Amino acid sequence: MSRRIIGPFNRVEGDLEVQLDIEDGQVNDAWVVSPMYRGFEQMLHGKNPTDAMTYVPRICGICSVAQSVAAAYAIADAQGIQMPKNGELATNLILANENLADHLTHFYMFFMPDFTRDVYQNEPWFDTMKTRFYPVKGTAAKDMLPARAQFMHMMGMLAGKWPHTLSIQPGGTSRAITAVEKVRLLGILYQFRSFLENTLFGDKLEHIANLSSSKDLQAWVMQNEHRQSDFGAFLTIADSLNLAAMGNATDHFMSFGVYPVAGKKLFDAGVWQDGIASPLQPETIKEDVSHSWMKNGSEPKHPREGVTIPDPDMKDGYTWCKAPRLGGDVVEVGALARQLVNGHPLIQSLVAESGGNVRNRIVARLLELALVVVEMEKWVKEVQPDEPFYHLTSMPDEAEGAGMMEAARGSLGHWLQVKNGRILNYQIIAPTTWNFAPRDIHGQLGALEQALLGAPVREGEDTPVSVQHIVRSFDPCMVCTVH
Amino acid sequence: MSDPLNLLWLQSGGCGGCTMSLLNAESPDVLGCLDMAGINLLWHPSLSLETGLQVTNILNDIAAGKIKLDILCLEGSVIRGPNNTGKFHMLAGTGEPMMHWVERLSAQAEYVVAVGTCAAYGGITAAGGNPSDACGMQYDGEKKGGLLGADFRSKVNMPVVNIAGCPTHPNWVTDTLAEIALGDFSEANMDSLGRPRSYADQLVHHGCTRNEFYEFKASAEKPSDLGCMMEHMGCVGTQAHADCNTRLWNGEGSCIRGGYACINCTAPGFEEPGHNFTQTPKIAGIPVGLPTDMPKAWFVALASLSKAATPERLKKNAVADHIEVAPSIHLKNKR
Ligand code: SF4
Ligand code: SF4
Repeated sequence: MSRRIIGPFNRVEGDLEVQLDIEDGQVNDAWVVSPMYRGFEQMLHGKNPTDAMTYVPRICGICSVAQSVAAAYAIADAQGIQMPKNGELATNLILANENLADHLTHFYMFFMPDFTRDVYQNEPWFDTMKTRFYPVKGTAAKDMLPARAQFMHMMGMLAGKWPHTLSIQPGGTSRAITAVEKVRLLGILYQFRSFLENTLFGDKLEHIANLSSSKDLQAWVMQNEHRQSDFGAFLTIADSLNLAAMGNATDHFMSFGVYPVAGKKLFDAGVWQDGIASPLQPETIKEDVSHSWMKNGSEPKHPREGVTIPDPDMKDGYTWCKAPRLGGDVVEVGALARQLVNGHPLIQSLVAESGGNVRNRIVARLLELALVVVEMEKWVKEVQPDEPFYHLTSMPDEAEGAGMMEAARGSLGHWLQVKNGRILNYQIIAPTTWNFAPRDIHGQLGALEQALLGAPVREGEDTPVSVQHIVRSFDPCMVCTVH
Repeated sequence: MSDPLNLLWLQSGGCGGCTMSLLNAESPDVLGCLDMAGINLLWHPSLSLETGLQVTNILNDIAAGKIKLDILCLEGSVIRGPNNTGKFHMLAGTGEPMMHWVERLSAQAEYVVAVGTCAAYGGITAAGGNPSDACGMQYDGEKKGGLLGADFRSKVNMPVVNIAGCPTHPNWVTDTLAEIALGDFSEANMDSLGRPRSYADQLVHHGCTRNEFYEFKASAEKPSDLGCMMEHMGCVGTQAHADCNTRLWNGEGSCIRGGYACINCTAPGFEEPGHNFTQTPKIAGIPVGLPTDMPKAWFVALASLSKAATPERLKKNAVADHIEVAPSIHLKNKR
């Protein structure tokens, strides 16, 4: 048995390396390595707290708005203020715009192209998939990119630019929406809905949103016009390759909840394990650095007290990623966790049947595309152009705050401490930090490391295709992971 | 156009945002642009199929001169730390620091292109105490040098092309790549910081929808106000080289139209302005960073004059989040 090192692992965000022990045609052990460190937490130390709004979005180009929102919540928490309802609605629209564009990019450009690999040339669906999803040359990206770009005109209007907007602020948004702009926003959503309904689903968004069990889903895909759609094509492949039996992690899920409007979140916070929902206990979050290239020597810490001091020579270290744990447990985060915690019947049924796996993760992401667009249409209509979008606020010299929300990839938390008007400590736990964490002091493998165990390896494969499906099913973002 | 040009795209100490921005290109989209310009993508971390060994084979073949490299794009800064080892970014699967790969591959490239302010000058990654010791390809902040050295020249005798911006606008990239492919891009097309003059010879202030407010110094006081953001909100659009207000972002936007200040993200050192990003530093009530090509005394004199003459309409609208007073209507035929 020898260690196989796979990298660069592309079509994920950022640089990733996966190390595997392979025996008897399957993965026997796995180590997930984040090979790049920049040090945002160190950079923020000593800065004016509001300047965090300029720095943190630049942690990540794919979920920069999510980083802004988490920072805005953390600062607002420290200031003890709340956005006006218009500010919340506009923030939700901007965030949803990013999250949905992310789901779309992931499906069309990161995940599906793997089915055009030559190992699948004998599959009945291979030629169709190659024409549709082959990178750069396939028809799918050519259909999707213009639809995505037009959908993101919403960013142009509400956020000025994407990525790296400054219009999201602790006190609300810096860009009021006029009555006529409501009409234009609805126009953008109408056009995006058409793309989803004609190309991705081949069905009304409401029908997708209302699928309520795995049986329902099966019946849905049996209908010819559905099978022809991109979602249908995915379900057909998932069935033929049994993607539901691939990539189970801990089956312990967590969501911080997201999209608040007047005190109620569209998707609730919580935890899910063995069919049982329980409330989230944020105090039990701790980061372990026993296997990270980080100075340690102390107990795992809550991010409020966390420290980030890099040391590439740390004994036992093999990644820049820390290992966050919830009450000592490894949890999985992402669209699947979010929909499970929020009680979507289709996702609950799929997970009851086969747990968290490659197929179910993709289904949950696409389901969110259907669920959230419908919601965005409502948010636009709720905007009151004559009411304020922003409340003027000021920063106390000493304060503490937490901003917990959901990015496309899962739970994102920012913890901030201010002293003498400056940032004393700023700690971030990104979604992929949960999913792609290393081992902890008790030897528990991170979620992806567990998901890779048992992955089948075909004869002569350097980079097992099963490993690629599993890794990409999490839609990882490595720059966020380590920041 | 003759043979297709081979392009390799690498990412190091950045956020991937310039690639994400590139995916917003329209008419044509980024893939269409490559096709139109006759550019063949050897490998791109977000777009390509090849993984692992397949990638390292491509990189090794380029380094050995077996595959011709016409354009090398780096996105993200060069990471030199700790202590010049480059260990803060080892290219996955290779056990070698990314900065060594970038050096080796740059030596083979006809054109070397830094995409975004990080790759150009170090950018946000170099902020604070610069924990990863980040720098640009041919600049370290404003100073020439960087990874490749002040005197670096690519195979066609060109310095590094700095398509700066945080992120960079998709069209700044697609236009520059297409100009290179057409054979229309030379050193004369670059400003003194290596940026394509096609966008860097303009100021963000040009075409700003708040120009009328600027003229009368009718200023915004808080986010969401409509007035000019120069006096209080930190806007440096009068000094920032870019065409953001005439070539919009995401179909419709610009920082300023989004209601927040231009922070001069196309410039070296923008990451450490020495004051809060969204507050204008002042001495004796006068903003420190005045428009570069205007004598200070003149600015002060004109500003106080124009302030005295500010129409009521602009005064009111400047501190509102929507138009409160519409321009008055003048009928031609007075009764
Ligand atoms: S807001 Fe900035 S770019 Fe616009 S007019 Fe004022 S100074 Fe110029
Ligand atoms: S307006 Fe200024 S900060 Fe915004 S993208 Fe343009 S140059 Fe950068």
